[in-house]
Amino acid sequence: MRNVAAIAWRDIRAVFVSPIAYVVLTGFTLLSGWFFFNMLAQFNRLVAQYSMLQGMDTTWLNLNDAVITPLLHNMLVVLLIVIPMITMRSWSEEKGAATFELLFTSPVRVGEMVLGKYLAGAALVTLMLALAMIFPALLFWYGNPEFGMTAAGFLGLYLTALAFVAAGNFTSSLTSNQIIATISALVILLLLFVISWPAEGANETLRGILTYLSVTEHFRNMAKGTIETRDFVYFLSLIATFLFLTHRAVESNRWK
Amino acid sequence: MIEVSNLTKTYGSITAVDGVSFMVATGQAAGFLGPNGAGKTTTMRIITGFMPATAGTVTVDGFDVFDDSFEVRRRIGYLPETPPLYLEMTVRSYLRHVGKLKGIVRNRIASAADRAIEECSLENVAGRLCGHLSKGYRQRVGLAQALIHEPAVLILDEPTIGLDPAQIIEIRALIRRLATERTVILSTHILPEVAQICQKVVIINQGRIALESDIADLVRERSLEEEYLRHVSGEALGAGQPEASTGGGGI
Repeated sequence: MRNVAAIAWRDIRAVFVSPIAYVVLTGFTLLSGWFFFNMLAQFNRLVAQYSMLQGMDTTWLNLNDAVITPLLHNMLVVLLIVIPMITMRSWSEEKGAATFELLFTSPVRVGEMVLGKYLAGAALVTLMLALAMIFPALLFWYGNPEFGMTAAGFLGLYLTALAFVAAGNFTSSLTSNQIIATISALVILLLLFVISWPAEGANETLRGILTYLSVTEHFRNMAKGTIETRDFVYFLSLIATFLFLTHRAVESNRWK
Repeated sequence: MIEVSNLTKTYGSITAVDGVSFMVATGQAAGFLGPNGAGKTTTMRIITGFMPATAGTVTVDGFDVFDDSFEVRRRIGYLPETPPLYLEMTVRSYLRHVGKLKGIVRNRIASAADRAIEECSLENVAGRLCGHLSKGYRQRVGLAQALIHEPAVLILDEPTIGLDPAQIIEIRALIRRLATERTVILSTHILPEVAQICQKVVIINQGRIALESDIADLVRERSLEEEYLRHVSGEALGAGQPEASTGGGGI
């Protein structure tokens, strides 16, 4: 456990002594703020318009459905692009430098390295999302969105981001080239994102599998406010699978 | 004590190390000589446990590097060809980090780092970033990280490469001091270095041991240079001469 902490702590510090963390945090918060501002502005416009009409059904026009859920979806897309860039260094940088030799000649297990590096990436993502909490917080301050639905949505976004970090760590462990690591992570994440597209035309079994594999489907469930075990199981098994693959990839480096 | 027996490492169809056996006694310093690509780094990487051998065994103080990898890692300090520095860390925090990785108990890490800093004369740069250091200082930080857990065995891969003459003298003096109470394997291209620091020399060529001998026995008969050329070219020293004379007789 001590080795895990040592490795995680070093990686976190490396990100915070360089401009990387600040650029990522600022960029993500800025983009999320832009989405938030525009969705809220549109919401206000719609409320103003509909309040002049009488007898229309306006239950769909609430803060959750009109602002928070679309905001979460947009943030998810930003995370999909940003996370591979956060995780690309994790293994690639060490593999390109002699520090890989330091790690492997120290009494540290591969599992401890994998976990340490994963936690470092997870920590930065946690901070990104914590900062983005300011937007729902503003809504709670001035309005009354539904708490449960908002919390479930953010939890869904967080779990998705954690799974993305695990996938990014995996591609980084395959290569010492950071660009290759980023692009492969992006490809994996995009595939997970759109894998359910052919589901509609597919037969029953295939549709079930494709829908289950899709990040979007599980995230959408949570963004709608439903917290189900199957979604948790999905995200946790995604994380576990990628960490396992990372472990195998790192271990296999030594046998080449 | 380090015992290497019948060590073989192949990469696909290439055999980098082929049936290498040698021994370094406790407290002895051995110079590991050989041309580029002879298999020095590969052998050292196997001894440190960085990568497994295809065949053969290595034991360090009686522990097998493959079966008791962690026991071996605790006993070995390793300086790879490039010092394994995290460039964005200060020298002191880097050494403390390595101390943690090497398994030093929490309350001794700070003092271990200070001791390594002192031993390698890094006091002036302890607060500076590794990335801002000159090559000589980086090499010394590399040595300090190899020493931090007070290992009984030191494996140094070309510790003086790329340094200026003054730095070479300094690093050599440091290694000589360190070698008094430790078992050391040192790879190098510089022959006098071996004569100055080591009691033993192992020459490796094309993955095979060409010579294993005590320096004292060697110097009595021939110079180390002669021995090296004789074993590396595979023939007597005269083999290089005709080539030189044809080159000189061009015009």
